[in-house]
Amino acid sequence: MIQAKGIVKSFGENHVLKGVDVDFYPGKTNLIIGRSGSGKTVFLKTILGLFEPDSGSIHYGDEVLGEMSKQRRKTLRQEIGMVFQGGALFDSMSVAENIRFPLEMFSSMTEHEKDARVKFVMDRVRLEGADELFPSEISGGMQKRVSIARAISMNPNYLFCDEPNSGLDPETAIVIDQLIQEITHEFGMTTIVNTHDMNSVLEIGDHVVFMKEGHKVWEGTNDQVLGSTNADVEDYVFKSKLFKQVRTALRK
Amino acid sequence: MITNFFEGIGAYALLMTKVFRRPDRWKLFYRALVKEIQLLGLDSIGIVVILSVFMGGVVTIQTAFQLSDDPLIPTYYIAMATRESITLEFSPTVVSLILAGKVGSNVASSLGTMRVSEQIDALEVMGVNSASFLILPKIVAQLIFNPILIIMSLFLGLWGGAMAGDLLGLVPFEESVMGYRLEFIPFENAFYALIKTIVFAFIIGSVSAYSGYTVKGGAVEVGVASTNAVVRSCLAIILANYLLTDLILTS
Repeated sequence: MIQAKGIVKSFGENHVLKGVDVDFYPGKTNLIIGRSGSGKTVFLKTILGLFEPDSGSIHYGDEVLGEMSKQRRKTLRQEIGMVFQGGALFDSMSVAENIRFPLEMFSSMTEHEKDARVKFVMDRVRLEGADELFPSEISGGMQKRVSIARAISMNPNYLFCDEPNSGLDPETAIVIDQLIQEITHEFGMTTIVNTHDMNSVLEIGDHVVFMKEGHKVWEGTNDQVLGSTNADVEDYVFKSKLFKQVRTALRK
Repeated sequence: MITNFFEGIGAYALLMTKVFRRPDRWKLFYRALVKEIQLLGLDSIGIVVILSVFMGGVVTIQTAFQLSDDPLIPTYYIAMATRESITLEFSPTVVSLILAGKVGSNVASSLGTMRVSEQIDALEVMGVNSASFLILPKIVAQLIFNPILIIMSLFLGLWGGAMAGDLLGLVPFEESVMGYRLEFIPFENAFYALIKTIVFAFIIGSVSAYSGYTVKGGAVEVGVASTNAVVRSCLAIILANYLLTDLILTS
């Protein structure tokens, strides 16, 4: 379980996070949603330890991130998988080399075991036959799948996804969402997904946190989002014509 | 502006303390080193060959133009003066400046692209010391390979000078060889050239890596970083050249 307690973060005069308290549960896809500029990405990077909070603390299980030794922080990072918005695949490496990289870097597996692990995760994200291709040779959806495969290659306890389906067509976006949820449930990971895609919220949001102007203003499940009476959530969710029609249909 | 300059120096020094750490995995370091030697070293041979041969030829022609009017100066002195110019200055400095352009922009743009496409963040999230992992092989590759390029450039420059002198009837080839050998102190001249080369190689690798690694923004900023890398490396080389010349030749 990951807990964020009273997180405050500013960049000069720009106060981005103004005291955020959230618990993220293991075995569930925890979604952070909100408009652009609401502080989602800064919050995610603060949880990851890429930004130090000005005050407040991040708890990984019983340990406080800010109090961990350098060595412990390094080992913690090996328990974390991250799917970046743009994939962040290494251009100079093939698909298989990208997935193999964390294993080469940190595991003490034999070459045979590494081969087997790479094959397992590639099969798991349905990337069979793409071993030798380079990131520039594959589609956006495949890049996201490679990114997920790389993130789970070390069998992490925590999976972070920063807008994993941005730039994808709706069909591929759903495939990626479902893949993230399947993996989360299958491996019991604590998954945190940063998104502003309402389809993702409804599809995989086991636990949804809504942020606005650096505050958490609502949390619940995907089933509760549509029925939320919180004015900010309602305004956000029912902004599009499609969801306005959904609301009308639900009220009937 | 002065504050920015000193902040930049501080950030550069801090980055270097991150770069010069023991690699997490030696196997991956050696693999990256071989790639960098190929990319930054072997791929630069062509330009160094062309530059050195023509540079040698031009230095011979210029020297002959200055000295050939005086009948009391033997023609092999033209070759001797050419040798001194090439070994002391032209090969180590001019070739390093050219490499700062070719290699520096390559290093800065590749690291800058990795930064803006979050590849460096991906390494950091994994717990990899991205500075050491990405920059150390580039600097080591240049420290290893630039001296080889400069030694090659020395020979090619002298050969180009002798050929130009012979073809244009300024200095016969045999006299060029005689001039090159006259009062040549291998340790002193070669040592001076190699010391400069090693310092310049470090400057090219580290300054351009700093420019690329610290990029913030997008494609435009990567382009700016690439230009900055070349400008900063060239300025640092010129400054270091002056200091080293003063330090080594006058001491």
